[in-house]
Amino acid sequence: MKYLQQAWLVLALALLFGASLAGVYVALADKIQANKLDETLRQIPALVEGASNGQATEVAGRTVYRALDAEGKQVGWVVPASGQGFADTIELLIGLDCQAGNIKGLYVLSQKETPGLGSKVTESRFLQGFAGKSTDSPLSVTKAASPGAGEILAVTGATVSSESVTQIVNKNITQLRSELASAAQLRP
Amino acid sequence: MPTEGPTPLERFVRGILPENPVYRQLLGMCPTLAVTNGVAQALTMSGAVLFVLFCANIITSLIRGLLKPHLRILVFTLTIATFVTIADRILAAYVYSMSKELGPYIPLIIVNCIIICRCEVCASKQGPLTAGADAIGQSIGFALALLSLSIVRELLGTGALLTGTALELRVLPTNWPNWVVMVLPPGAFITLGLLLGLANWAASRLASLKNRPA
Repeated sequence: MKYLQQAWLVLALALLFGASLAGVYVALADKIQANKLDETLRQIPALVEGASNGQATEVAGRTVYRALDAEGKQVGWVVPASGQGFADTIELLIGLDCQAGNIKGLYVLSQKETPGLGSKVTESRFLQGFAGKSTDSPLSVTKAASPGAGEILAVTGATVSSESVTQIVNKNITQLRSELASAAQLRP
Repeated sequence: MPTEGPTPLERFVRGILPENPVYRQLLGMCPTLAVTNGVAQALTMSGAVLFVLFCANIITSLIRGLLKPHLRILVFTLTIATFVTIADRILAAYVYSMSKELGPYIPLIIVNCIIICRCEVCASKQGPLTAGADAIGQSIGFALALLSLSIVRELLGTGALLTGTALELRVLPTNWPNWVVMVLPPGAFITLGLLLGLANWAASRLASLKNRPA
């Protein structure tokens, strides 16, 4: 009872503020989601070579994008992926070829990593390391100056963020590949 | 209730120059250094701080009679965090590219000392009218400081103002050799140091002029 006497204001404010934040979230979530979708579609030509357009489709319950060239022929996939980074959730767009066998490109949609260190995972110097990598075996992070076939050069001072991005890529590609494989078997 | 302390007008005027949060109180250095590489970023940050500071000051002032001394900082932080989150979501919904550019610096307003300082110094002791005037005055002071830094940095760094927006304004001739260092972090420290020195020099000149025997 004594605690309640002391802390009722904090509790009441926490409830009130929590409720108002929920309201703001509900009111704005659609708009923010639309902004992200816009950005995703804008990034598709840069992520998959030769693509000029994207088309949303469902693979085993998750939304992925078919990257289409000017004639409407599929030239690859763009997969939205997210996972825990050093500070907060990192959201990525992964560009893949048609068989999901090679990474074509990578783009960071949102991140809140440490400014100046982890935030460098958004720079092309790091992201370019993923282009052209085979997805047959999981990628790993290295600090060696010349990364090998399945290796990604880490951002200096941001091993955790580099590791997170690489693991998100690994996990989502494995998932997509197995989903694509089972979808292909179901097709007559 | 008898009003103690400065009047709303005094609070408002003091925040702009005499007690300027950046140049006189040296508070809020993180956004001052980090987001002044462009005028557009500086204006967005100032707007977000105005919103958060105004709302936090008003709420704190309204509940000032209920505050327990040892829990007051917790209440301030809770209030500030709520309005920062609202500001962050509004920016993400309506100015998405700017929200991406500012990245974590909008959520970091939560730990901006200017706001908690105003809650402590003014809003927890005075009425909503004074607290509101104080918030607006301090925010204008903050905005002026950010603008002064960002104008110097963006101008010397890129030769133009508001680059990347619809209002882009070319000021220096196109053959201006862009001083890239000015838009990078070292430029923030150099510019802040020089402007701070200038502000201190001007303040001491004014003071000595005032004190000169007639």
